[in-house]
Amino acid sequence: MATATAARTPRPRQPLSGRVSDRAFNRASVLLMSVAILAVAYPIYFIVIASVSDPNAVQNGQVLLAPSGFTLEGYERIFSDPTILRGFGNSVLYTALASAISVVLIVSGGYALSRRDLPGRRTITFLLVITLFFDGGMIPRYLVVKELGMLNTIWAMVIPAAVGVWNLLIARSFFDVTIPHELREAAQLDGASDFRFFFRIAVPLATSLIVLMAMIHQVANWNAFFDALIFLNDADKYPLQLVLRNILIQSDLSQLGATTGDIESYAQAQRVGELVKYGTIVVSTLPVIALIPFLQKHFTKGALLGAVKS
Amino acid sequence: MTRSRTALRLRRVLRAWQLYVLLAPVLLYFAVFKYWPMYGVQIAFRDYNPSDGFSGSPWVGLAHFERFFSSFQFDLLLTNTLVLAVLNLLVVFPIPILLALLVNQLVSQRFRNVVQTVLYAPAFISTVIVVGIIYVFFSPRSGLVNHVISLVGGTPINFLAEPGWFRPLYIGSGVWQDAGFSMVIYLAALAGIDPSLHEAAKIDGASALQRIRHVDVPGILPVVSILFILAVGNLLNVGFEKALLLQTPLNMSTSQIIQTYVYQAGLQQAQFSYSAAIGLFNSLINLGLLLTFNWVARRFQQSSVI
Repeated sequence: MATATAARTPRPRQPLSGRVSDRAFNRASVLLMSVAILAVAYPIYFIVIASVSDPNAVQNGQVLLAPSGFTLEGYERIFSDPTILRGFGNSVLYTALASAISVVLIVSGGYALSRRDLPGRRTITFLLVITLFFDGGMIPRYLVVKELGMLNTIWAMVIPAAVGVWNLLIARSFFDVTIPHELREAAQLDGASDFRFFFRIAVPLATSLIVLMAMIHQVANWNAFFDALIFLNDADKYPLQLVLRNILIQSDLSQLGATTGDIESYAQAQRVGELVKYGTIVVSTLPVIALIPFLQKHFTKGALLGAVKS
Repeated sequence: MTRSRTALRLRRVLRAWQLYVLLAPVLLYFAVFKYWPMYGVQIAFRDYNPSDGFSGSPWVGLAHFERFFSSFQFDLLLTNTLVLAVLNLLVVFPIPILLALLVNQLVSQRFRNVVQTVLYAPAFISTVIVVGIIYVFFSPRSGLVNHVISLVGGTPINFLAEPGWFRPLYIGSGVWQDAGFSMVIYLAALAGIDPSLHEAAKIDGASALQRIRHVDVPGILPVVSILFILAVGNLLNVGFEKALLLQTPLNMSTSQIIQTYVYQAGLQQAQFSYSAAIGLFNSLINLGLLLTFNWVARRFQQSSVI
């Protein structure tokens, strides 16, 4: 369909003037993109250098291009703070468990849906896709989780958001495209059951899909905070994001060295508090940023496949 | 004859039992976490009482809707939600398309990769952290932005306490965070365009701009329209988690949107039925917009492509 419209070729112009204007165009877009890169990268860079600088220098605006008064005090505080460490540990646990559950559900469900000989395939897909456009909303969802007795348990963090329709459709398209029908028919003639074919052939062929899904869910679960906000009550079950919200947004630095209560240590806590803010941003984002190089390649393919195939 | 057909169908279903076993967990998940809440939406028309459950609580008809429509908050909530949603569509949606069209024309492959990777990175930063970054940068006393403002002779602004700054912060951070991510999707679509079209256009003397206009834009139009329809269908669900995090008691007059209100009335004050009604109102408008735009897009494509 793209070719139909694109076939209306533009009126020819003099080739030479075209080439000169192309060079100007390229130079302008290189400039524009450089500005965009700076605008995106600088805030991140600033936070990194501010996290190792003297808080007073940061407050006075002396830290712009390089750290000033190098210190690791912020990180020392972060790695000795029980709340942050517990949040970190909880996040690791929730993320690992939730990703594993999501991947199992999506790969097995996606494979079944990819089979054209699955009776009722169209109806089932339709019922799944409807949920993209209409859902019960926040309140009924909360009440269902409550009814199931999942409130304030680890299950509320790993099950209610396990499967996204979008990812399921990506998995379905993946199996549809990568596993030839002839292969399955041949296996069937040789007497392989559906289970056997799925575990012995489909799953091993789907390594890249599994890796992609695992990484998508790791990122999503690591960054999630809203479910924790509504489903968890105990502070010691909070994932990192909720701990960060208290520190960064509500400026709740009460845990940080305010035990003695005299003014000097309070001022000290305030000072370190700013450092801790920058440091926690770095510490909590690093595990996810480290995944980007692996994700980028797979992701474009997957996202496009999902977007177009639906 | 019908009987034998039913029998045949039944045999096919039975033969595929292993596939149904593989599918069962997903179906169970959707039944419990998607369809059960849909069934639970009926509490919007009842006075929900936990001990009676979704279907046992007494009916009250449209009382909750009437209360919401006549509440003094209604106009404010609807305006704030719509303004934010429309700004999102007008600003956040087109920028990645423009970026992708420009990046796609870049001559240097290495520079292209740098641009992609850098612009893509913020998509992996959580909402909490993005809002945290805003708090740090825009803090009235120690924030970098206010340092720059005082440096050029202005007076510092308390961005998070000024209702007028909520929307720029929200939309601006949205562009910062998501533009690169969406750009990559459009770039993938651009990569799918037949290169011979570009070569033909070049031979015909088309400039870079003309090639964008006549080759690239028509080429990614299907992807653009799918994503646009989905964005419209999500119009009123504008990333409300970010709105919630950016909300302070002082900027409520612009930051209070329908979804944040549902959260506060429903979960913080336990008015389950009332806020379920508001949520349902929100979903229905969304659905209506989605269907309308889908219909428009289909008509539009029919008349323009064929």
